[in-house]
Amino acid sequence: MLRFALRRLLQMIPTIVAVSLLIFVIFSVVPGSIASSMIADGRGANDPKLVEKMNQEFGLDQPVHVRFGKYIWKLAQFDLDTSFRTRQPVITMINERMWATLKLAFAAMLVAVVVGVPLGFIAALRPGSLFDSLTMISAISGLSLPQFWLGLLFMYLFALTLGWLPSFGYGDGGLRNLILPALTLGVAPLALLARTTRAAVLEVMSADYVRTARSKGVSSFRLVQGHVLRNALVLIITTIGLQFGSMMGQAVVIEKLFSWPGMGSLLIDSVALRDIPVVQGCILVIVLWFLFINTAVDILYAIIDPRISHE
Amino acid sequence: MRLRFNLAIGALLCLIIITAAIFAPWLAQFDPIADADLMNAELPPDATFWFGTDAQGRDIFSRVLHGARVSLTVGIGSQLINTTIGLALGVSAGYFGGWWDDFVSGLTNLMLAIPSLIFALAIMAILGPGLGSLLIALGLTNWSWTCRIARSSALSLKKQGYVQAAKTLGYSDVRLMVTQIVPNMIGPILVIGTLGMGDAILAEAALSYLGLGIRPPLPSWGGMLTDARNLIVLAPWAAIFPGIAIFVTVLGLNLLGDGLRDILDPHMRTRRA
Repeated sequence: MLRFALRRLLQMIPTIVAVSLLIFVIFSVVPGSIASSMIADGRGANDPKLVEKMNQEFGLDQPVHVRFGKYIWKLAQFDLDTSFRTRQPVITMINERMWATLKLAFAAMLVAVVVGVPLGFIAALRPGSLFDSLTMISAISGLSLPQFWLGLLFMYLFALTLGWLPSFGYGDGGLRNLILPALTLGVAPLALLARTTRAAVLEVMSADYVRTARSKGVSSFRLVQGHVLRNALVLIITTIGLQFGSMMGQAVVIEKLFSWPGMGSLLIDSVALRDIPVVQGCILVIVLWFLFINTAVDILYAIIDPRISHE
Repeated sequence: MRLRFNLAIGALLCLIIITAAIFAPWLAQFDPIADADLMNAELPPDATFWFGTDAQGRDIFSRVLHGARVSLTVGIGSQLINTTIGLALGVSAGYFGGWWDDFVSGLTNLMLAIPSLIFALAIMAILGPGLGSLLIALGLTNWSWTCRIARSSALSLKKQGYVQAAKTLGYSDVRLMVTQIVPNMIGPILVIGTLGMGDAILAEAALSYLGLGIRPPLPSWGGMLTDARNLIVLAPWAAIFPGIAIFVTVLGLNLLGDGLRDILDPHMRTRRA
């Protein structure tokens, strides 16, 4: 078990290197100098001396392979370079924002799991029933909604019309400000989890060992508890892990909508300002979180299902 | 019975949207861009302006109709690129095997490790907003599932008798892949493509909302929602109708995709039964 966990953790390293390479390549093929576009963007004046000075300051005058070497070397020391705009270390800027994003993401996932899994489970126990049909229609609708639109409607209804909750912002970091963004972000994973749970439970229910148990006279309750739940859990947990990725992506949009001071709004602001080191850093950190959570999920289901670590 | 229901409703919704997109210039009473009139700004829905007007006094109904063209172009265009990339990489990887297969599998896993919206956002940040960059950004970032399915199908198909027979007849590798292998995996690929179109339309809306999608004044549903956010109290209709349009389109595609899967994917069918 420990060996499996260790192996999975080590397997992250090549992916991290490849992702860093990819991100670096994407942002190095930008045509034209970043410095000149930044200056032109800001003031309209394009002073060659200023451009040269900036290029020197940020090491942009060096050849690409030298820059990549430096980038990787710094990365290995958890240094994500310095912001073009604020001259602050990027890692500090991200650290200030990251926790708000994670809080939002975990809260949204909590909503999704607590509501989605039981819905899918109950639906699967009575396939074809009215409850099942309604749940599945709601689930596919939930997956078809533009999330920020739903957020906008929530904002209109619960904040601006009813006045129950604040319409945007972080407030003092309390629950009241978290509810609307977390609900909004949680709808899509909730819908997907309801569908996956239903499919997983249906699949397990038709497995031979469940039929055997049933023919042996095991009661429905014990059947669900002992056989179905644990085996369906593997699929459900995989979905949770995979959903984390698209959730980190959607979080960018939701943060923008609710003016949530997380990594997503930092990313969007930095894109607008062409602050490339911050953009690179944010994307890298988002990918790292996604990788980390999926590795954790892999290890978790090796614990649930010991067959996996022996494969 | 549910099987047919998915497919019928999905196909109907898609048909409505496609009709709206094709006939937008004839169905819309106003020009979506030029007919701005500040005297008519932020009017609620009435007999003239069915969906009301926006902050510039443009008819939202006309803009929603024209927005269907943008969304469908993005959905279909980006999915064609994704499917082509996924098929080419997946089929060749499964067919040839060896180092190429390892390389493609590695690349696929790498793509799956990066949330596709984030990836598309990075590409848009470099290319700048616009329809062309949007097609590239969404077309390059969502081919991993197609590639995986294509690879595993090619792996099993290449051992089939008829493929071996064609090989004996002297078919070249490319001809063999195109005429013998690809046609036999079209079902699942079609399903992924249809569902992917819905994802692309949602991603387009999200990116346009972030200011990284379609450039205004071109009517895009996501862009219309961006403008609507600031008007939400004064003119909620400006937010409601473009959102419904996105929802109906994506729901149609998702239902169609699910319905097609029920018919085309025998594995899923047995599982359901």
